[in-house]
Amino acid sequence: MKLFQSDKLIGLSLERLEDERFLTGKGQYVADLDEPGMLHAAIVRSTVAHGRIVRLGLDAARALPGIHAIVTAADIQQPIPTIPLRLVPLPEFEPYRQPVIASAKVRYVGEPIAVVVADSRALAEDAIDLVEIEIESLPPVGDRDVDAGGSFLFEETGTNVALRYHATSGDPNGAFVAAEYTRKEMFQIQRHTAAPMETRGLLARWDESGQTLKLFGAAKVPYFNRRALARMMDLPETSLELIEVDVGGGFGVRGEFYPEDFLIPFVARQLGRPVSWIEDRREHLMATNHSREVGATVEIACTRDGKITGLRGEVFGDMGAYIRTNGGVVPTAAGMFLQGPYRIANVDVTVLALMTNKTPVGTYRGPGRFEANFFRERLFDMAAADLEIDPAEFRRINLIREDELPYSIGKRAPHLPEAIYDTGDYHAAFERCLKEIDWQGKAALQGRLVDGRYQGVGIASFVESGGAGPKETSRFVLEKDGSVTIAVGSSLLGQGLETTFSQIAGDALNLPVSALRIDHGSTARLSDGLGSYHGRSIIVGGSAVLDGAEKFRTAVIEVAANLLGRPNSELRFENGLVASETGGSISLAQIAASRRPEEGLLAVDGIFLVNKPTYSYGTHAAHVAVDPDTGRVEVLDYIAVEDVGRAINPMIVSGQAIGALVQGLGGVFLDHLIYDDQCQLLTASFVDYLMPTATDFPSLRNIALELRLSPTNPLGAKSAGEGGMVPVAAAIGNAVGAALKSLGAQPRTLPLSPSRVWSLIHERG
Amino acid sequence: MSKKIDISLTVNGERYVHAADTRTTFADFLRNDLRLTGTHIGCEQGVCGACTVLVDGEAVRSCLMLAPQADGASVVTIEGLCEPDGELGVLQRAFRKHHALQCGFCTPGILTTAHALLTQEPDADEDRIRDVLSGNICRCTGYITIVQAILEAREGYRERSRSTAMK
Repeated sequence: MKLFQSDKLIGLSLERLEDERFLTGKGQYVADLDEPGMLHAAIVRSTVAHGRIVRLGLDAARALPGIHAIVTAADIQQPIPTIPLRLVPLPEFEPYRQPVIASAKVRYVGEPIAVVVADSRALAEDAIDLVEIEIESLPPVGDRDVDAGGSFLFEETGTNVALRYHATSGDPNGAFVAAEYTRKEMFQIQRHTAAPMETRGLLARWDESGQTLKLFGAAKVPYFNRRALARMMDLPETSLELIEVDVGGGFGVRGEFYPEDFLIPFVARQLGRPVSWIEDRREHLMATNHSREVGATVEIACTRDGKITGLRGEVFGDMGAYIRTNGGVVPTAAGMFLQGPYRIANVDVTVLALMTNKTPVGTYRGPGRFEANFFRERLFDMAAADLEIDPAEFRRINLIREDELPYSIGKRAPHLPEAIYDTGDYHAAFERCLKEIDWQGKAALQGRLVDGRYQGVGIASFVESGGAGPKETSRFVLEKDGSVTIAVGSSLLGQGLETTFSQIAGDALNLPVSALRIDHGSTARLSDGLGSYHGRSIIVGGSAVLDGAEKFRTAVIEVAANLLGRPNSELRFENGLVASETGGSISLAQIAASRRPEEGLLAVDGIFLVNKPTYSYGTHAAHVAVDPDTGRVEVLDYIAVEDVGRAINPMIVSGQAIGALVQGLGGVFLDHLIYDDQCQLLTASFVDYLMPTATDFPSLRNIALELRLSPTNPLGAKSAGEGGMVPVAAAIGNAVGAALKSLGAQPRTLPLSPSRVWSLIHERG
Repeated sequence: MSKKIDISLTVNGERYVHAADTRTTFADFLRNDLRLTGTHIGCEQGVCGACTVLVDGEAVRSCLMLAPQADGASVVTIEGLCEPDGELGVLQRAFRKHHALQCGFCTPGILTTAHALLTQEPDADEDRIRDVLSGNICRCTGYITIVQAILEAREGYRERSRSTAMK
């Protein structure tokens, strides 16, 4: 069957449908909402990283005019609800789940201790200043050697190692014993995070008569959060409506279930008034998920001619003080993607999840992948140099060839299924990238001092998964005016899904995008939805839109057949009309008008089921100049090549790639959540937490290839939102390593701040 | 501890007389008192630029100003950037064409900043544009398309500046 009725829209760089409201100030974010009688909440947070709560003095704060309530753990049902694990809920993580409010112990700076509700945010903050908190400090745990001090975040477990597992394929020990060459290195990525421009926020409205709750400010996974909140509030799921308004960026951290996702509905129910809570930036940096602090010891075994025979890695993930919704995804993915797009028969990976007195960790765009690619690709460049093989040739020897696909890397974690790379031409993307950066032409530049700066070119290849199952849903509704509303289970956080979903549905139904409206706003529209993460919105969500469109067409023809008195087989649906081959037609508006009141609107449900991810891949190359006097690295040229399978809207795909790339460059050079030895966060503002600005990285390019369709979904799409980010540290690290090769300086630790690079140059040995 | 004083100001051509809380920032005043919620708050510290508005023609961080300081000022916010007929202006159209926005949260501050720049310097080159924009953080786009959009919009501002000069 033909997939699409027309090919007018898919593949077109259509201007985004959502842009006009954003360009005119009419976007509606959660902080823009106002409700009659609305109160404002602020959270009292721990200023101590590890300690026992001895006393809370609330009287002075409660006496302040305009304060409606101060809620602490004592006011909340026992046992205090804990944040559920959304992804890979391993039993090992159970003891480490976060209570929605601290009762006896605090475990990180920023942990909620009380909620103040007042007539205004300013009054609530005034009251916070009057809350007396007495905390008996316990020794904080912050280093990798988490059990060394004998101070345990959870005394009952007797360890700060929440999880340790081991996964093997082939015979790694044999490979290392027999190896002609081995090298072992340690690497470390610094703690950093997404820091979207909009902080989190919620507005909860409790309806006492109906015993229902409306919660505005949902994102990413509203249906999961509805389920979790319903359990905690002891309400049926259908009594809760989670509403997603415009969201100012997510990148993995926004929308997960946080303590406030319980606390704000709780106080709204208790007070019977709408309550708004808008996180401020300081809170955001200490309360919203951190990510990326992963270290590794990695060892490679090769033949003298550069064929990799074995890879061993021990990966340490600093999880912070609790295991939140994302479970162990960050270090697990770092272990999973350590091998990358290479043919390595013998692999051994050990993964540790470590508890520390820092803000808990969650996923941030390209979780574990950014880290793993840095570890592996840095080690490859060191090995290639030892073996006197050109870094490109070293990769050419080991990159998986198309005739070897599908390629299984086995089970990379005991709790996960076998991972099998599906389609692709890894070599084609690789060679394209080398050509674009002019690898041959720039060979003579490697390590050369030009105008006082060392020049270097680095490359890095990656493979990454996207499109997690098991399903996504959609619902097509024929409105009274003949327009079509498409409810989707996906979440919209700025990725342009209103446009791309309309392109998919428009081609499937041969309708212009103006006849379609994407409705993602409410959990009342669908019975379930999985949401937006793991590069799944187009792959799984888009396929659910496609399925819904096909069923909608069938349903419309069915209804038209009755109205026109013609058999289905004689009817075609095109240009908004159902037309008979023998004459006679009826429009969508007429079909809508023909509905009897008891029939309601014509609506059909779409679903897409998938049980395995798909794998995008590509290569990045960077050309840098390193100033030995200042340690500053300038990115002179950067090219990101990725096969996305099918680009629904190439302009949006490019926007995702470049945006991700710059976020990745932030992670390489700037973004850094720094803690002192008492586990106090030193970077709790945008003055201290640095991110890329317009002058930092002007010379970047991307090429989105459509080389091989994905076999997992009818669109043939692969993930396009993360590939711009995942090999960035690897490519830049290799470029800086190449630039400084005459000095023998090797980047092993991020960020590559001027001071660190200066130290690499001047303080070797 | 909170006190109100009357201020009068013009916002997007409309005159307001309003009792402003003396410890309210101008950003909060615009958003909460005048309900002009297109001005966004990203850091409340003057770093991210999301709350940038034009005060007497200058791009200003409304989170670093107290509301009473706007007394007597003429203010333009994102809600006032469209053409008089309500259509998107040249800068807004260029942003849409070049995909210079994704989540839209930083966009109001970037548009007001760029509008102020091109109004004063319609010939600003790429370096100048990047320099001025470096006070606005965008976490989605990587800035490249934003710079392309502003470069393209320059011609519209040059024409406007020529026609103003002729009057």
